[in-house]
Amino acid sequence: MEQKPLQQVQPHIVVQNLTMAFGSFVLQRDLNFTVNRGDVFIIMGGSGCGKSTLLRHMVGLQSPAAGRILYDGTLSFWDAEAEARDRIMRRIGILYQSGALWSSMTLSENIALPLREYTALREEEIREICALKLALVGLSGFEDYYPSEISGGMKKRAGLARAMALDPDILFLDEPSAGLDPISSRLLDDLILELRSSLGSTLVVVTHELASIFTIGNNSVFIDADARTMIAQGDPKVLLAESRNPTVHNFLTRGGGGT
Amino acid sequence: MHPVQKNVLLSTGNGTPRISLSRPSGDRLLVSLSGDWTLSRELPSTQDVEQSIRSSEAPQKLVFDSQDLGAWESGLLTFLLKIRELCDREQIPLEDDGLPPGVRRLLALATAVPERKGARKEKRREGFFTTVGSSAIAFWESFQEMLAFIGEAAVAMGRLLTGRARFQRSDFLKLLQQCGAEALPIVSLISMLVGLILAFVGAVQLRMFGAQIYVASLVGIAMVRVMGAIMTGVIVAGRTGASFAAELGTMQVSEEIDALKTLGIPPMEFLVLPRMLALMLMMPLLCLYADLMGILGGLIVGVLMLDLNVMEYFQKTRESVTMVFLWIGLFHGAVFGVLVALSGCLRGIQCGRSASAVGQATTSAVVTSIVSIIVATAIITVVCDVLNI
Repeated sequence: MEQKPLQQVQPHIVVQNLTMAFGSFVLQRDLNFTVNRGDVFIIMGGSGCGKSTLLRHMVGLQSPAAGRILYDGTLSFWDAEAEARDRIMRRIGILYQSGALWSSMTLSENIALPLREYTALREEEIREICALKLALVGLSGFEDYYPSEISGGMKKRAGLARAMALDPDILFLDEPSAGLDPISSRLLDDLILELRSSLGSTLVVVTHELASIFTIGNNSVFIDADARTMIAQGDPKVLLAESRNPTVHNFLTRGGGGT
Repeated sequence: MHPVQKNVLLSTGNGTPRISLSRPSGDRLLVSLSGDWTLSRELPSTQDVEQSIRSSEAPQKLVFDSQDLGAWESGLLTFLLKIRELCDREQIPLEDDGLPPGVRRLLALATAVPERKGARKEKRREGFFTTVGSSAIAFWESFQEMLAFIGEAAVAMGRLLTGRARFQRSDFLKLLQQCGAEALPIVSLISMLVGLILAFVGAVQLRMFGAQIYVASLVGIAMVRVMGAIMTGVIVAGRTGASFAAELGTMQVSEEIDALKTLGIPPMEFLVLPRMLALMLMMPLLCLYADLMGILGGLIVGVLMLDLNVMEYFQKTRESVTMVFLWIGLFHGAVFGVLVALSGCLRGIQCGRSASAVGQATTSAVVTSIVSIIVATAIITVVCDVLNI
């Protein structure tokens, strides 16, 4: 197993007393957890419990009904000035569930857009970086393809390449392996681990694929639709061995754990 | 250590990314990397490495030293990939031991999956005749598709008449409301203004002959016979036709139409038929309403600008507008309804599988509707002339 080098644990994202609501419907309340620098942090839970919504709150697409989200342990995202928020947003990369590639642009244009907007690189350098990012996800030569011309798994990988365009500190991945065959999803997990250990970014992954949870995760939070709050947190492997909570235990053993 | 031969640098200062080349021994070229290689800084070029490799005393091996390397990002990787390509071309072995482990792994990852053969798209320019030929074929094909679509729509209509068509009543009622009642405000505004404009233009000319009262005939006949229908048709094309195309196009993108097909429900009956029926029923009613609003617009000009009496204006309108004109107007309306519904649904169903395709489908639906409205008006006018009505 990958061992993290001995270093001080630094909080990267801190979620404090977060309540998520749509109008008067409260989806989740009192969420408290910390994502440390270099973590592969898993957000897990059953369908419809608000995993993706939690992700949307963390990346600044939806504002919390109550509570705070702190970046670097101190800077509160939703209380910050617009400029500071933009700076945070620029440091994060997001892989959306279905890739969310812009369909009117080719793959290399998709990756080049953030580079053109936020860096002063020359066209030549941008082209090289696009080629590199596509090569990293195994899509060399597909620069000039439109998203509609490639398969679902390729779209996911291209989406990952776009999420990495600006070399982000934090990568958010929403169901990276959903809809992929077991082998592709395994390869994607390997790729994610490889990228994390070589780039040193923090990863926040929403998933309910057990295989991924145990392979890549070293920290996690479990949110539950019935309790409307988080019912466990910590290393998934430790949770599997030690959690007494029947919901968590059932989930991690695919409902086959018995007691 | 051997002295550094040459410094390739952009500017001195802490953290500036630079490379320095040296020859620790005759056959080895040592590339020392230093500074922060981040995207926000200008990175050194590979030119000097290239020169040194190609020089008369070419090295036998390329090695790296990254002791002074600070932060690094993608820029370093693209730089190293270029050097690797260079070495491959010159057949000089490259040793990456001196690079940080993260960089080494990413380099391995970037070259792990070789480019698939034939994957890269080749840009080729096509000759003039090829372009003309293929667009002519494309045009012919789209014409055939259109004919097939109209044919299928007619068959679906037949099934409706024999009571075998499948669609949901609730959908149909909602559509009636969407393309009928909800269009009333915009139809009121536009038709009243058109009536007003017609009256204005007519008044300036007719006043010269003291024939102001004929403004009533002008506005009445023009609105009832054709203008009411055309204006409503154009509004409905922009409002409802575009929405049909966008809705069906999005359904195509999200595979909803495929889901209907595989369930054995023909989209033609389930989606197109209720839309066509709704517009066919609502268009004549909207036309009638537009006629009324147009006449009202004319009346406003007549009363306020030409000092005509309201009853007088009303009488003159009744005299000049016959029932035949009204029927012709309503017939226009029904025809336009079918045309707008057909073009909207056709473009929606033909839509590709991306967001931009939905945009194209919507544009093309509106263009097709308006063109077919104008062409249909011309045909109906000629036919009426031939039949003397």
